[in-house]
Amino acid sequence: MTAQASAPAQGAVPEQAAAAPPPAQRRVKLRRVTRDGALTLFGAAFGALGLTWLLYERVLAFSGVLGFWLSWYVIFLLMYCAMAAVQWDRRAVADRVASVAFGTGGLLTCAIVADQIIYVLLRGGHVATHLSFSTHTLARTGSLSPLFSGGDLEGIVGTLEMLGLATLFSVPLGITAAIFLSEVGGAWARPVRTLVEAMTALPDIIAGLFILAFAILTLGMQESGVAAALALAVTMMPIVTRGAEVVIRIVPGMLREASYALGGSQWRTVWNVVLPTARPGLATAVVLAMARGIGETAPVLLTAGYAKGMNANPLHGWQPSLVTYIFNEHQLPDPNDQARCFGAAVTLMVLVLVLFAIARWLGGGKPGELSRRDRRRIAREAVRR
Amino acid sequence: MSAEMNFPHAQEMAPPDVPRRIVSRVSTGDKVFRSVVRGAGLAVFVITGMILTFLLTRAWSSFRTVGFSFFTTKLFNVNVNNFGIGALLPDGVIIAAIALIIAVPVAVATALYISEYAPSWLRRPLVAVIDLMAAIPSIIFALWGFAFLMGRMTGVDSWLARHLSFIPLFKVDLPQSLPASFTDAPIIVGVVVSLMVIPIITSLSREIFSQAPQAEREGAYALGATRWGMVRTVVLPFGRSGVIGASMLGMGRALGDAIVISFLITPVLTLTPHILQSGGNSIPYAIILDIFNGPKYVSALMAAGLVLFAMTLLINVIGSIVAGRSRSGLVNVE
Repeated sequence: MTAQASAPAQGAVPEQAAAAPPPAQRRVKLRRVTRDGALTLFGAAFGALGLTWLLYERVLAFSGVLGFWLSWYVIFLLMYCAMAAVQWDRRAVADRVASVAFGTGGLLTCAIVADQIIYVLLRGGHVATHLSFSTHTLARTGSLSPLFSGGDLEGIVGTLEMLGLATLFSVPLGITAAIFLSEVGGAWARPVRTLVEAMTALPDIIAGLFILAFAILTLGMQESGVAAALALAVTMMPIVTRGAEVVIRIVPGMLREASYALGGSQWRTVWNVVLPTARPGLATAVVLAMARGIGETAPVLLTAGYAKGMNANPLHGWQPSLVTYIFNEHQLPDPNDQARCFGAAVTLMVLVLVLFAIARWLGGGKPGELSRRDRRRIAREAVRR
Repeated sequence: MSAEMNFPHAQEMAPPDVPRRIVSRVSTGDKVFRSVVRGAGLAVFVITGMILTFLLTRAWSSFRTVGFSFFTTKLFNVNVNNFGIGALLPDGVIIAAIALIIAVPVAVATALYISEYAPSWLRRPLVAVIDLMAAIPSIIFALWGFAFLMGRMTGVDSWLARHLSFIPLFKVDLPQSLPASFTDAPIIVGVVVSLMVIPIITSLSREIFSQAPQAEREGAYALGATRWGMVRTVVLPFGRSGVIGASMLGMGRALGDAIVISFLITPVLTLTPHILQSGGNSIPYAIILDIFNGPKYVSALMAAGLVLFAMTLLINVIGSIVAGRSRSGLVNVE
């Protein structure tokens, strides 16, 4: 490591070197992984693993894998503290322990997400990848029928229809409300923004109860896909608004001013400048709201009803969806029903992941930033002229 | 010059100079646009008001029959008019509290890691992971908790019950040799619900941490602070109210979970302050269990739902105001 330090000295002019030999300067690298730092970390991790194993499995009468890793983490942090205290001063110890604690927090969160996805795929993957599973319904499946006598087609159709309708109901209203918050504003903007944020974390079951009380019991609507879509729209609309407001807000003010300077009215500016500029971000907000809406279970349970077999008409009759399908299959005791439950969970998870991937793909850049495809299109048009 | 000669009275007739009044006349199109957009904004209030009104009209007959004892009665025998949320509400609050105790430290650590510690190329993927976590359906968490976590947690639970039973919270009245005394306990629901709360708290706190003023960060470094010293003295004080607000929003979400608890717990109608012992309940759970048992149940559960809605709305509004205060100006840094 000290080898490069003498490098600048070799080209020095003789008389200067004779006058005062400049002290060897070494460039300070920020955030470099040092050998002792890394070894302390690994040492603490493996030392804690050994000690935990010895105490947990051999000496003390503990059991359970979760307890093992909890004890490991506590011992790991203590060991790391001790090993750091041997080498560094107190400030550096606090700094290092804090960064390890936060780093493991981030790692834990990522591990949880990965665990959810992988566990569901492992349990239900062999069911969901069977072609007949996603092309058949449960119409002819009884309590002791074989595993692939039915599938989750009815759930897929129901979920997609409800989600489509809910998007149709919630997106125009949600984005218009976002335009109100960021473009028009006024005295009411603050309370509206507060309420929207409060509604994003509202219990989803309340939306179901509301539609049950309002549309089904008061207006006399049937329990159906549309009712469920209305309930989903109530939960999705605040999410759309919150996401869209953030995106519209970061559209550069210069673009608006340019539009006004050219004589554009306000709605022209919003329609022709602000919204197109924010389009990728808006699409991301919408798709993220859809990914949230697709998994809402409680409102659908209360408003859509459940019946085995296909019902492709959301306006009439009980309509099964993936979430109610999982909910009902889970309550049946037969192992085949449990397997189908996990198969449908894989389908649901894949739909969420696809929506999520679309959202990331659409919302890659900042608003106004041209994607590579946009730049190619502009270049093509320039050549044509 | 020559103009004055031709029109000698021109100067006398000219009015004194006054600043021109600048009027921006709003065109009809803009007027329509603004009122439409304002209507959409106020629709949030309309929806909230409608939720309150319709739940209240449905719940009214229940409130009239049992009166104030609705808030104290622990049983839920609707057909003999002996029902209330005396057990349902506290049981739900216990679960939400467990969820928050687990979620807040993990979420704050994750948010700090993303905004302060992670290398910049890792930040965007990590934010995406948190967004993805928010999008994982609650029913997937519930399945995972039922099939994966439940069996793995009983060891920890029985250890806590054996060694810490002098704390009333950890006492278990059921026979301790049976695993079934521990399998469907509120603490397991709390752990699973905490996973649903973590992304809410993380994303809001991260947003606020990343807006801590750059100059103050640099100031802390210039005074010789380590990174942790900078976080402790600049970022955490700046983001404190944000974290509190985010936790309150998370609390609203945790109180409203219906699916996880229905997968993991056998309903009991007693107030159970023993978090390791099987059996528990909450308002949303009671709603999805009993809502289709007839009109009297509908009315009683609408009343319970109204209480839940009013409570979470209040918590969330306060949380959102508190979180918004530290984010004045609302500039998004990304």
